[in-house]
Amino acid sequence: MLSNLVAGGDRLLVLALILPVASLMLAFVLGGRHAERIALATLPIGLAVAVAIAAAVLHGDAPLHTDLGGWAPPLGVALRADGLSAIMLLTTAVVMVAVGLFARADFQVPPGTTESRAPFAFWTLLLALWAALNAVFLGEDLFNLYVALELLTFAAIPLVCLDGRAQTLAAALRYLVFALLGSVLYLLGAALLYGAYGTLDIGQLAARIGGDPLEPAALIAAALMTAGLLAKTALFPVHLWLPPAHAGAPAAASALLSALAVKASFFLILRIWFDVMPELLAQMAAQVLAALGAAAILFGGVLALRQARLKMLIAYSTIAQIGYLFLIFPLVASPETAPLAELRNAPGAWTGGALQLVSHACAKAAMFMAAGLIAASLGHDRIRDLGGIGRALPMTLFAFGIAGMSLMGLPPSGGFMAKWLLLLAAMQCGQWWWMLVILAGGLLTGAYLYRVLATALSTQGPSPVLVKPVDRSREWVVLGLALISVLLGLVPLSSFSLIQIGRDVSGIGVGLP
Amino acid sequence: MSSVTLFGLCGAALVGLGLYGLIVLPGALRRIIAFNLLGSGVFLLFGVIARRGGGVIAGTGSDPVPQALIITGLVVAFAATALAVALLRRLLQETGRDDWDEDERSDR
Repeated sequence: MLSNLVAGGDRLLVLALILPVASLMLAFVLGGRHAERIALATLPIGLAVAVAIAAAVLHGDAPLHTDLGGWAPPLGVALRADGLSAIMLLTTAVVMVAVGLFARADFQVPPGTTESRAPFAFWTLLLALWAALNAVFLGEDLFNLYVALELLTFAAIPLVCLDGRAQTLAAALRYLVFALLGSVLYLLGAALLYGAYGTLDIGQLAARIGGDPLEPAALIAAALMTAGLLAKTALFPVHLWLPPAHAGAPAAASALLSALAVKASFFLILRIWFDVMPELLAQMAAQVLAALGAAAILFGGVLALRQARLKMLIAYSTIAQIGYLFLIFPLVASPETAPLAELRNAPGAWTGGALQLVSHACAKAAMFMAAGLIAASLGHDRIRDLGGIGRALPMTLFAFGIAGMSLMGLPPSGGFMAKWLLLLAAMQCGQWWWMLVILAGGLLTGAYLYRVLATALSTQGPSPVLVKPVDRSREWVVLGLALISVLLGLVPLSSFSLIQIGRDVSGIGVGLP
Repeated sequence: MSSVTLFGLCGAALVGLGLYGLIVLPGALRRIIAFNLLGSGVFLLFGVIARRGGGVIAGTGSDPVPQALIITGLVVAFAATALAVALLRRLLQETGRDDWDEDERSDR
């Protein structure tokens, strides 16, 4: 049966795109209560498709590839899923399912009405976001990826201002301007690459760029595209739009945005530097990207410490955690990177980065949803006044705590495994300064989470008055997602071989002059 | 000066103007317009690349692929502008302000 899966793998890629788009259109046309039902029915099917793609990649031990409509690049558009894409698709599906289950209580059409604005918008946008994310993770054509990025922006912006308050409108508008600047810079880079090499297909571009002496256009294009994508990923110093946008959105939307939306543009930065550009150039860019990442870790951590509101704290924590992702560039690109035998002789930093992507997605979605439950039951999310909430909502706080454990990098958790692999890689390459940043970032994370947990778990004072009771099933969803981020750390390292399929990272830095 | 060079320089000038406006100018509407200028510059650049040829179909004098990309890009840029203007209108209705800058302090 598995070999059938591999044989039909290319059709699975198309299905991963068509399914959310078809559901989106159906939900849009039928509207009302149907929008929610259609979205909820799509969740398990989408998860099954993602699992099937991952299984096909793993079993076939090769990336899946398809040319849409039988048109080969450079005229046609190709889709491709390697190990990392498969993992991102799977993570997206898992977070989508959890958020969908969680959001049911918040986005129900009120009884007595046939349709209301917020639920209709939320369920259709959830599907739109899913379609855009899958398109980014599967895309192989730079222009197609631009369209996918824009779809992502158009789905994410209305999610930010779903409640229509002036503050969230302003946050959404600012987010939109940053995102548009980012995508137009990306498009400019794509135009230059097409002008210089006559193709937009990532595989063909890599072959043509690698074959010739590097044209200045390629360098400028890579710089423009990276700058644009950094604005969308909210790496320091272009992070200004993220905290108000992610903190102002409804909890379920914040979870989607913080866990998934910023990862899409990061994924493209990875692809540009490791799949398109030649290795030597990647090494030069790597130090700059990682320096910005290090600044993000420290800056985001310090600002998170100073926040008065829980959701703002979690949003600043996202900025810091994004910083960790950028540390993988110098560690993977370094010529001294020692391969790990458990990982098919690929550098540990690559696996560490992928684990950070996945564990942060699960942990951050869980934290935002836990914060949403706390805010809904208390009527506010001021950290100072959270005293005793641990007694009122023990399960929510437990989920928040273990998700935080993964962010801090305490063993045993996915976050620990990710940061440990990065530390190990930094030590092996002799780039000890990144080790200091990783450790300092962990301490800062511990400090700002301690601020929340110490207040929430205090036994003094009366139990807080709950404005609204919390639904137990929603607490289970949050706990489940938090547990996934922790359990990732207990999986043996060798089972992460999926991450390496389809990319020759073991060769990076080895064959250089 | 050949037409390709002339249009290339025009595209570069539009990109420069747009970038300047997007980063420096106050007021959300100005930035939305600047984004459109920037986008037009990029589309013009695609046009120049199409005119110059040498892409997918060599020897035909001009290359149809960038033209197709421009059309798609125009649709996306139009949708983006519409979304931005709609958001701005709503913000104006709610607050009477036409920019997002002032509320940074009140958010705390």
